[in-house]
Amino acid sequence: MRDVVVIGAGPAGLAAAVAAATAGLDVALIDAGRRPGGQFYRHHAAETGRLHHDWDAFVRLRDALDRLTYLPGHRVWHVEDGFTVHALAGDRDERPVRIDARAVVVATGAHDRSLPFPGWDLPGVLTAGGAQALLKGDRVPAGKRIVVAGTGPFLLPVATGLARAGATVAGVFEANRPYGFARHVARHPGKAREGAGYAALLARHRIPYRTGHAVVAAHGDDRIEAVTVARLDRDWAPVRERVIACDTVAVGYGFTPQLEIPLQLGCATRMDADGSLIVAVDVTQRTSVPGVYAAGETTGVGGAQLSLVEGELAGLAVAEAAGGVAPDPADVQRLLARRRRLRAFAGAMHAAYPVRPGWMDRLRDDTLVCRCEEVTRGRLAEAAELGATDPRSAKLLSRAGMGWCQGRVCGYATAWLAAGVCGRLPGADDLRGIARRPLAQPLRLGDLATDDQP
Amino acid sequence: MSQIVFEGRPVPFHPGQSIGAALTAAGIRSWRTTRSGGRPRGLYCGIGVCFDCLITVNGRPSLRACMVEAREGDVVEGGGRDA
Repeated sequence: MRDVVVIGAGPAGLAAAVAAATAGLDVALIDAGRRPGGQFYRHHAAETGRLHHDWDAFVRLRDALDRLTYLPGHRVWHVEDGFTVHALAGDRDERPVRIDARAVVVATGAHDRSLPFPGWDLPGVLTAGGAQALLKGDRVPAGKRIVVAGTGPFLLPVATGLARAGATVAGVFEANRPYGFARHVARHPGKAREGAGYAALLARHRIPYRTGHAVVAAHGDDRIEAVTVARLDRDWAPVRERVIACDTVAVGYGFTPQLEIPLQLGCATRMDADGSLIVAVDVTQRTSVPGVYAAGETTGVGGAQLSLVEGELAGLAVAEAAGGVAPDPADVQRLLARRRRLRAFAGAMHAAYPVRPGWMDRLRDDTLVCRCEEVTRGRLAEAAELGATDPRSAKLLSRAGMGWCQGRVCGYATAWLAAGVCGRLPGADDLRGIARRPLAQPLRLGDLATDDQP
Repeated sequence: MSQIVFEGRPVPFHPGQSIGAALTAAGIRSWRTTRSGGRPRGLYCGIGVCFDCLITVNGRPSLRACMVEAREGDVVEGGGRDA
């Protein structure tokens, strides 16, 4: 029985695990990735950190991993109350593993939020995060001539990273017109420097950056050959279109926190300003379930710096609750002040980069919404005629969200489309209806019967 | 340089790269077709979430190409419908 198991070794999980271990707790840090760092600090086997922001913070945490039990390559598929974590170890010959612990820190991060468009299932269309993962983790640019599109500041590191790696970036198409956001950036010297760096790189590599534009269709037979880019009105309805040749599109509309584990444990959730479902936590990162803490993107998408702060707060709180070393009040005050500041910045970012209903205008009847089960918008419309006006009913009637990914990719879009039938926007209940996954990972039946202590 | 074998053809990789990354670097963008529409699929999310990139490695089916690290001599097959 461990004192605490931390799930996820990105910025929040690393910070939580190291803080708890430093305070004297017996900590297991379990992660699906092959190397620590999560998505933000995803890195190549021979990484120097040259292209990473805040790499020093990561190195400090990585160097402290010898204070705890770090379990890479472990996919958690279920957590039982009390707590028992069930996982599969290894990337090809999977071995069942279980870990018992008195407390759990959920730091499972987020994945790209997808909005469908005609042709988005063509090979060569990737999520923005997927293109970034290939570049950071494998040093492979996703293509040769790449269009970057969607919404949010994340498009900038993706586009500039690809250009620095030698790809031609044919344009960055930001759906919003975030004019008011610059004054929030100006208040954070670190973020202002980062933004100025991206602007300089866009100029140096002659990358066009267009606000109020989106990729509304991808064209090609067996792979993408071109995209249609449209100028958008305020609600994102396309008003003027042109075609741009490319072999790759990297597209992302914000992020969806991964909440399978907190939902399995019965943690209260709510909708954040960006329209994503998040775990509700108190000032010490405690969820509504005693012994369960959450930190980082699962409690609201806000970036790596905020995740580091929240993770450290969670680790200190777990240690204090376990009777370990009480944290220095001055340290806690400093962390709380930093969290307030970074949360306020995240709120401004969400306000500047919303998703507008006009994205649904891009869909035709034969456009796929669910990639796994190949469910089209037309099939979802038929389900709506049968009375499926919430995403859960839409899923049951149309099979959208019933495939391999369990609705991770199409769930957000399905929620919009089902709610849209009644002329409303998706709410927290819509998102909860599609986020519950009793098994967080696909399993072979035999693995349900046998699992071992590591 | 190390290599894997994709449908009979050698594909080079750098140690530490995923099979999906090695295929992408070699210009291979898809390696399976969908069950119903027969549509080609390869990498989409790149981080183990979407399961679009399922692939068979040394006879073991339904692995995610983005998550499995390439090893010298791996025999990789795509092809099947929802392999």
